[in-house]
Amino acid sequence: MRHLMTPLDLSVEELDKLMDTAEDIKEQPDKYAHACDGRVLATLFYEPSTRTRLSFEAAMLHLGGKTLGFADAGSSSAAKGESVADTIRVASCFADIAAMRHFKEGAPMVAAQFAQIPVINAGDGGHQHPTQTLTDLMTMRSVRGSLSDMKIGMCGDLKFGRTVHSLIRALLRYNNVSFVFISPDELRLPDYMIEELDSHEGVEYTEVTKLEDALPELDVLYMTRVQKERFFNEEDYVRLKDFYILDSRKMEHAREDMIVLHPLPRVNEIAVEIDNDPRAKYFDQVKNGMYIRMALILMLLEIQVK
Amino acid sequence: MGNSDMNTTQHEKYKLNVGKIDEGFVIDHIRPGRGLTLYHDMGLNKLDCSVAIIQNAFSRKMGKKDIIKVETSIDNFNLDIISLLDHNATVDVIKNGEIIDKPELPLPKEVKNIIKCKNPRCISSIEQGLDQIFVLTDAETATYRCKYCETEYGNN
Repeated sequence: MRHLMTPLDLSVEELDKLMDTAEDIKEQPDKYAHACDGRVLATLFYEPSTRTRLSFEAAMLHLGGKTLGFADAGSSSAAKGESVADTIRVASCFADIAAMRHFKEGAPMVAAQFAQIPVINAGDGGHQHPTQTLTDLMTMRSVRGSLSDMKIGMCGDLKFGRTVHSLIRALLRYNNVSFVFISPDELRLPDYMIEELDSHEGVEYTEVTKLEDALPELDVLYMTRVQKERFFNEEDYVRLKDFYILDSRKMEHAREDMIVLHPLPRVNEIAVEIDNDPRAKYFDQVKNGMYIRMALILMLLEIQVK
Repeated sequence: MGNSDMNTTQHEKYKLNVGKIDEGFVIDHIRPGRGLTLYHDMGLNKLDCSVAIIQNAFSRKMGKKDIIKVETSIDNFNLDIISLLDHNATVDVIKNGEIIDKPELPLPKEVKNIIKCKNPRCISSIEQGLDQIFVLTDAETATYRCKYCETEYGNN
């Protein structure tokens, strides 16, 4: 039995296969419509999340399965003080697979230790969010044809942004990928991520504070939101939340074939006027997110569709 | 007499002396400032035998070092924590006033329930009965990270 805690739990080959399956589902959804008949997905969400939870539920429903679960800690037995270990033991009795989001880092790993069913990390605090990374990778591959040979700019909250950390780690396994990290000083990439980049020979990266300077050389721009829930201090959040706003004026600096990604939800870091720009791919990301989760559920439940 | 000789002589004259022990063990060459942490993390504060901590002792090799002397058998202690906290520290086991052993202190691959993750966002801060597990992620730099949240030990 396998779980998914970080994107690195999957080899590059397995990732390729997973993305192939997701693309196939996208093209021929009917073929997969009953692949999970009679199966149940438990969505154990201790932290509110609209898109990720709906995406998991939609994924299971489109495979013919059913879902159950809770959408925040207050409506679960966690409010009564139940441990993660006990909750997953109970969920194992009712479901075939579980997706867990938790505000504490490492919680899904604890769940995986005690589960009788495969557990998917659906985001654990500021730590990991592997299915978002799979979504990002799939979108980049889908648009560009490959995950090698590109320069990606990551902009916004690089300190607490778990999607950024997961994506960097995943991209370090591909050839000739270079990075431009665009953030205010307070939200720079943490030292341990810099160390990780340094430990990979030949990987090029730069850190800048001005978005306009980086834009002309990028193949991909990955925007992130400054997340209020990661700050202990409201003042710091207010000061940093509007540091970057991508608008049409800034997009003039970007190449015609650059793509803009965002894990969503956005607040105001991408002006709505960009939504109609063909380079904006963040809503495609949402769709891909469902397909890749469908492929992941099939893989972890070891279901082959001919 | 050169300056350095004079300094050494003055140092010898005023140095802090803690007597030798007959039975027990000495943790030597501890990085200055880590002695007290080691004292607490090894649970030496809970002993009722003599324990001496010398901070910032003169060391020809290191300049300064911390030393801990404990007058009890070493058998009841998990030595993993010493290499975990300071992998350059050494241990001398003393019997009848003589050093009878200098146990090696290899870096353990994983340590369970010896140190605690101090990241307030880690699940180990709230989950009841959860083992506190740290994993050696870089042997060269003796880096340990929490198994759950990957926070580095010592940096949190």
